[in-house]
Amino acid sequence: MDAYLPYVLCLVLFCIGIYAVISKRNIIKIIIGVIIAEYAVNLFLILVAYKAGGRSPIFSRTQEILPEAMVDPLPHALVLTSIVIGLATTAFLIALAVRLYGKYGTFDISRMRELRG
Amino acid sequence: MITASTIPLFVALPLAGAFLTVLLKRIKGIPDTFGVMVTIGTFVMSVFAVIQLEIGQRIICNIGNWGGFQEVLGKIVGIQLVVDGLTAFMLVVVNLIAFLVAVYSVNYMTRYTEKWQFYSLFLLMLAGMNGVLITGDMFNLFVFVEIASIASYALVAFGTGKRELEASFKYAVMGSIASLLILLGVILLYSNTGTLNMADMTRILAGRDHPALLYFVFALFLAGFGLKAALVPFHAWLPDAHPSAPAPISAMLSGVLIKALGVYVIARVFYNLFGFPHEVSLILMTLGAISMGVGALVALRQWDLKRLLAYSSISQVGFIMLGLGIGTPLAILGALFHLFNHSMFKSLLFLDSGAIEYAAHTRDLKEMGGLAKKMPITNGSTIIGAMSLAGIPPFAGFWSKLIIIVAAVQASHMKLAAWAVLMSIVTIAYVLKAVRFAFLGELKKQFANITEVPAFMRVSLIILALVCLFGGLLLIPDLRNGFLGQAVEVLTRVSGV
Repeated sequence: MDAYLPYVLCLVLFCIGIYAVISKRNIIKIIIGVIIAEYAVNLFLILVAYKAGGRSPIFSRTQEILPEAMVDPLPHALVLTSIVIGLATTAFLIALAVRLYGKYGTFDISRMRELRG
Repeated sequence: MITASTIPLFVALPLAGAFLTVLLKRIKGIPDTFGVMVTIGTFVMSVFAVIQLEIGQRIICNIGNWGGFQEVLGKIVGIQLVVDGLTAFMLVVVNLIAFLVAVYSVNYMTRYTEKWQFYSLFLLMLAGMNGVLITGDMFNLFVFVEIASIASYALVAFGTGKRELEASFKYAVMGSIASLLILLGVILLYSNTGTLNMADMTRILAGRDHPALLYFVFALFLAGFGLKAALVPFHAWLPDAHPSAPAPISAMLSGVLIKALGVYVIARVFYNLFGFPHEVSLILMTLGAISMGVGALVALRQWDLKRLLAYSSISQVGFIMLGLGIGTPLAILGALFHLFNHSMFKSLLFLDSGAIEYAAHTRDLKEMGGLAKKMPITNGSTIIGAMSLAGIPPFAGFWSKLIIIVAAVQASHMKLAAWAVLMSIVTIAYVLKAVRFAFLGELKKQFANITEVPAFMRVSLIILALVCLFGGLLLIPDLRNGFLGQAVEVLTRVSGV
């Protein structure tokens, strides 16, 4: 059971994020929900790469290290890309929130009702 | 000619164009010139790719010099770019629409300030879409999906009015969640197969039964890419986002973005990667049928022209998904041909709605009327596009719907075929409503001195109208084998249908 605990916690974190996006009325809280869900996915990427007792993925001249004994380096590279994309999305959402506040004078999404049907 | 070393240009050209536009924005005419030149360049290249490819041939480009490392591990490490029949087909669709939209925007975007911002975002979105089409690597696919999506969020908000910002916020939040689901699916696939390369993944997955994890990945991908494609339970963002964008961008979003990011990837992933499992076929058919119905029926009661067209997009994507879900070679042919036609007539209709807005400053069907005499070219092209959408015989849209319905009958899905026929009739109804209220009837007083739109806009409208009129010719065997046949072959080969 212990081995699965990090994955379960990761899932819980993701669900908290989605819950915030669905149920909150405040734009800023919705954005925070997106960020939480995003971090849960990034965390999951790192968890997938982890290997119990794995070494850092550097080959050495003095001793023989098999690739199987190493932590998988690829997800670490991927998670950097994913974080940068997340930054762009977050920055864009916050810029939108600022503009929306300027138009409506509120962060409450239930009071923004230009679009229907 | 297209060789391994020229494939990256499909992404590199628009990307370079986007950044150079920002750098050189002060020089007059630069944004227009770059926008048009880059898109014509990628379009010509994609046509070359279609002409050059034989059936079953693939051109592969390995990015980065990973040679030594690759031999140690015995698998492909770097990113692969692949052009095969399906990719070449989609590249032609995307880049043709992008080119015509760029030409149209030269005149249309003068209504907005800061044209350079528009063109650089537009080219970024194009780079993202071309990247999605040519990549052969799952994580790279996710990155390109994000590039195209983020550029499109910004373009939806381009007018920065209340509506635009609200629509963009809705779209951006839902799009981000969809991207997270996609990323989660990609990670699970990676942990399951140990590779990100699609060809390797196919080989590894083919040797296995479907474990429970894969079903979870199916669900994640269907939800993620289904949201990008605006399939019905995930469609809520589209009717707000597409009408709020400037007309050329509505044409891009409805015409190609939902197909490159949604339909194409669903076809690629579920046919080529997973070998088209039976459960997915059922889900695609069901979602397709529901989308068709909901989109068409809601479109009937819209009075905003662009909103009507947006709901119609949901309905037509349902037709495409139905064809893909049936999964026989004939149905796939119908689906891809309908994808091509829908790109053409929906872009044309959105550009027409933009032309009406440009001349008459309204999108409300109740306020229009009698524009036919004042705007003959807009009127003519709208009618051609509308007839193609409604599926009236000589026009292209008729043939693709006919193929899908015949394929449904052949595969003995009688109820689905009947449902598709019924929804085609509803389509005719809402199309007639749009044409009747916009162009026929008495000319209103306030429109007494409106004029036809400027030259560049007319050129785009006329070219698209001609494609809608003569698109049915693509079914002539010689043309079909070279263009649609290649794409169908890619999807049928691996799934072994």
